[in-house]
Amino acid sequence: MNLTKKIKSNPSDAVFLFIVYGLVIMLTLAILYPLYFVVIASVSNPNMVASGEVLFLPKGFNLDGYRYILRDKRIWTGYYNTIRYTFFGTLFALFLTIPSGYVLSRKDMAGRNLIMKMLIITQYFGGGLIPTYLVVKGLRLVDTPYVLMILGSFSVFNLILTRTFFLNTLPMELQEAAEIDGCGIFQYFIFVVIPLSKAIIAIMILYYAVGHWNSFFNGLIYVTKAELYPLQLILRDILITGQSVDPEGLDPETLEHMKLIARTIKYGVIIISSLPVLVMYPFVQKYFVKGVMIGSVKG
Amino acid sequence: MREKQKDRIARTTGKTKKWNSLSMLKKNWVCYLFVLPMLLYVILFSYVPMYGIQLAFKDFRAADGIWGSAWVGLKHFKTFFESYQFGTLLWNTLAVSLYSLIAGFPLPILFALILNYVTNGKFKKFSQMVTYAPHFISMVVYCGMIMIFLANDGIINQLLMLFGLEPAGFMSDPKKWRHIYVWSGVLQNLGWGSIMYISVLTSVGQELHEAAKVDGASMFQRLCHIDFPAIIPTMVIMLIMRTGEIMSVGFEKAFLLQNNVNLTYSEIISTYTYKIGIQGGQFSYSAAIGLFNNIINLTLLLAVNKIAKKVADVSLW
Repeated sequence: MNLTKKIKSNPSDAVFLFIVYGLVIMLTLAILYPLYFVVIASVSNPNMVASGEVLFLPKGFNLDGYRYILRDKRIWTGYYNTIRYTFFGTLFALFLTIPSGYVLSRKDMAGRNLIMKMLIITQYFGGGLIPTYLVVKGLRLVDTPYVLMILGSFSVFNLILTRTFFLNTLPMELQEAAEIDGCGIFQYFIFVVIPLSKAIIAIMILYYAVGHWNSFFNGLIYVTKAELYPLQLILRDILITGQSVDPEGLDPETLEHMKLIARTIKYGVIIISSLPVLVMYPFVQKYFVKGVMIGSVKG
Repeated sequence: MREKQKDRIARTTGKTKKWNSLSMLKKNWVCYLFVLPMLLYVILFSYVPMYGIQLAFKDFRAADGIWGSAWVGLKHFKTFFESYQFGTLLWNTLAVSLYSLIAGFPLPILFALILNYVTNGKFKKFSQMVTYAPHFISMVVYCGMIMIFLANDGIINQLLMLFGLEPAGFMSDPKKWRHIYVWSGVLQNLGWGSIMYISVLTSVGQELHEAAKVDGASMFQRLCHIDFPAIIPTMVIMLIMRTGEIMSVGFEKAFLLQNNVNLTYSEIISTYTYKIGIQGGQFSYSAAIGLFNNIINLTLLLAVNKIAKKVADVSLW
């Protein structure tokens, strides 16, 4: 007891802790503040935001930005498209990843090392943009909704994660016991493996769903029809290329007003598009982290 | 007869490997049904495109298809090496990538090391939650935020004025492009990149720390002599992996942050292959540039991996 007291009073530790806390607080604020600012700016009077009055609290509370966003049809189309791409894409991703991850973890599967090697090669070498584009084109998938459900629905990294999870959680004895009882691989997978692998399924759903939700590149390359645009392509039009509003069918007066609140619209769009991820994030964060932890066990 | 005997031996000792796998194949053919969809996917979207790389050595004509087009050897590579953009593209890609590596590699490590000494559990959790969050923001939204914040009347300039500093034209000055690209990326990856190190640090034996405390080591000394050495192997692995990605600077971010003013700095190989390939329709030329990029990546990765193996006895495979 005496000893620990003595140890704790190392004088340089106070300085060290002061610096540590200072740095962590600074870094946290540097990331938190921009996110917070988007929220308060999206509900503030655009004039007050532009003049720099809105720094810590919303001022001149006003939801005009959101009102215009909700009237913009493109957002709804994008939302609808992204929801279906994400839903079916994630489902497809699970179908590809979980069963293969499981059998590749079985030590009695001949040729599993060969398959793993084949997968790892694709991590370091690939055909590149144009050959891949030609394959997708050859399959007549360009400008179809399917391309955005199929592409991005498999990642070798996620497969390795799944396999590592099974290697660590399913004891060989369990499989042997099931085999003695006459349980086939298929039954074993459905009735024993799946119920035991809720954690990895949750992790995979989250990883793939966020990937699909945020996916921009594939939409840019493979989709040209506006009615198939995923949310991220529409966001790009609004946030980056600067087409804040759909000018069609609006009288000049409204258009002028819209220019004024163009930036408020941008803040609002950021919130609305990130809403599903933002709302879920605090609750599911531990699963994301868990995924990285499993991955780090076996590089 | 002999085969049956072998079978029996194999079952009891598991030594005759070839026979063993054959019998396993018979018994476990269902396994292959499980991997089949995934294998088809990988073959279709990874291996068939690899086969399509021959495009880079051909003059692609849509009417003839990939296989029917005429061979032209290294023509496209020559055109690229001799083009006036070659030097700029290569340098832009390398510069932004090396800069990202140098600026972005140490910070997550530092963050993990100091976070390890934050004893207030609630604050630690909160800080982790906040710093991981940017990883889940889509690149489009993140770039949109960068552009809004750095606009002439954006929040950054407003804050600068608040502190009595001159506002700056961030997005209109091409020379600032690289700094914007790199430091926004550093901030985005700070938390997420630190998870790996944090998990290694939590596995460091508490006895070591206790022993060091008894010997009168300060926290800073423990950080330097216990925690830091513990994460060196992870660091080396991460460094190797990052080096293998040097030429694959993220397309999305560079593309989204591009404008006509900063193109001299922001045009990198991946955005260029997109423009001449997908937008310009010069498939063969674009494929050749992509292949060139890929080969440099692979060479760097192999080289760094070899060096790491010799120096630190750490290797990717």
